[in-house]
Amino acid sequence: MTTLPYLVAGWLFLVGCYGLVTSRNLVHTVACLTVAQSATYVLLLAVGFRAGATAPVFGDIPVGTRVVDPVVQALSLTDIVVSATVTAVLLALTIQIHKRHGTVDPDELRALRD
Amino acid sequence: MSRRVRLVLFVVVAPVFAVLFFLATRGLPGFGSEFHPYGDRAVAVATGQRATANVVSSVNFDQRGVDTLGEEFILFGSVIGTVVLLRPAPGEREVGRRGAGRVLPTTRLAGYLLLPVTVLVGLYVIAHGQLSPGGGFQGGVVLATGWHLLYIAGRYAALRRAAPPTVLEIVESIGAAAFAAIGLAGLVIGGAFLVNFLPVGSFNDLLSGGTVPLLNGAVGVAVAAAIVLLLSGFLEQAVVLRRTEEPLAGSSIIAEEPLAGSSIIAEEPLAGSSIGAEEPIAGSSIIADGTEQR
Amino acid sequence: MMLLIFLALGLVAVTGTVVALTQQPARQAVTLSVFGLTLSILFMTVQAPDVALSQLAIGTAVVPLMIMLTIQKVGGPR
Repeated sequence: MTTLPYLVAGWLFLVGCYGLVTSRNLVHTVACLTVAQSATYVLLLAVGFRAGATAPVFGDIPVGTRVVDPVVQALSLTDIVVSATVTAVLLALTIQIHKRHGTVDPDELRALRD
Repeated sequence: MSRRVRLVLFVVVAPVFAVLFFLATRGLPGFGSEFHPYGDRAVAVATGQRATANVVSSVNFDQRGVDTLGEEFILFGSVIGTVVLLRPAPGEREVGRRGAGRVLPTTRLAGYLLLPVTVLVGLYVIAHGQLSPGGGFQGGVVLATGWHLLYIAGRYAALRRAAPPTVLEIVESIGAAAFAAIGLAGLVIGGAFLVNFLPVGSFNDLLSGGTVPLLNGAVGVAVAAAIVLLLSGFLEQAVVLRRTEEPLAGSSIIAEEPLAGSSIIAEEPLAGSSIGAEEPIAGSSIIADGTEQR
Repeated sequence: MMLLIFLALGLVAVTGTVVALTQQPARQAVTLSVFGLTLSILFMTVQAPDVALSQLAIGTAVVPLMIMLTIQKVGGPR
């Protein structure tokens, strides 16, 4: 029970990778990559969780209350925004590939392999 | 690598990863444990000498500010990359948005009503980043999505006129540069890059946290501009630009050009300069919008 | 509280799997949006409101929208 959240993170990573590997469409590839990437958020926040504690925001609660780890939250917070922009770059690349090669199937992109 | 080879490779590697990962989780402190040395120190610093109620913001913009500077420039770089990749290619041109006038009046109303609310929420989230959950990253995204309510309301032309990409790129650069400038000011005044050199104020006050609200604002501006740029780039590719079948030919002046009255000026984007061409089409579609509204 | 967390974890695992196994990109944009929503629910339950807010805006709105627009460009009629 105490490692289950970590295992969910591992599962998300693997299932995202499986999607990447079996992909027939680069757009699908990018979406699977975001699934694999979300494993990192789950892992980070699971590591930082403290049972029975509250959010690390002291606006309404007295200082000294038990809170969960804010450092991992800060890490995953910036991670999410950056992942969106990286997804945007990948999707823009997909559009360019489609314009140049007329396909988004990774197996049909012979020009990239040569 | 064909799909088959990739799949074989995956089937070989995935179990290895699974076993190693499982063993690694055995060594981690259990889920919900009390062992959070970094978290405890971050909370102590944030609620003590830095007077920042939202510890996550304190970590992001104060205690680990250099990290966020890096993230900020990843964002900046990605946006530049996307904007460059999504330029209209030769042989593509804008077609009229004939569907633009078919927005339901209720949808239009909802867009107009929600726009000020969303923008207000976005600004609130940015401004209260040091007090409550939120901050520049979240508020910036809210601002950007609120902005696109104009698109839902069918005012694509108005959207483009209010915020042309060039202006957004400048705003985006200003946001990123402001973050670095505040860091440099810390170097000059406080002796270290990104040091919190402003008075931290009193705990749980709107102006508490020293440089945290300023950095939140800089990030909010940069993120909002970035997301608007990204989305408008994709919107333009998906909705506005179409490939013309006769690329770059001079004879295409007579090509079907149903919307723009002044078709000769509108043909020039085929040569590659798209900026000059956007105005006449946008202008004419406003007229089209207006007629359809009646 | 723990029960809610494990429920949300289960939802995340299931929806994540569905996203990876959805082969059609247009449908995947929808499942991805649902996955983003379950992720932000999970983040709420593990007391990370900052992260949940950011995931809600990015993961359920911006990324699926960009994917839909890319599909429109890439897969739609030219």
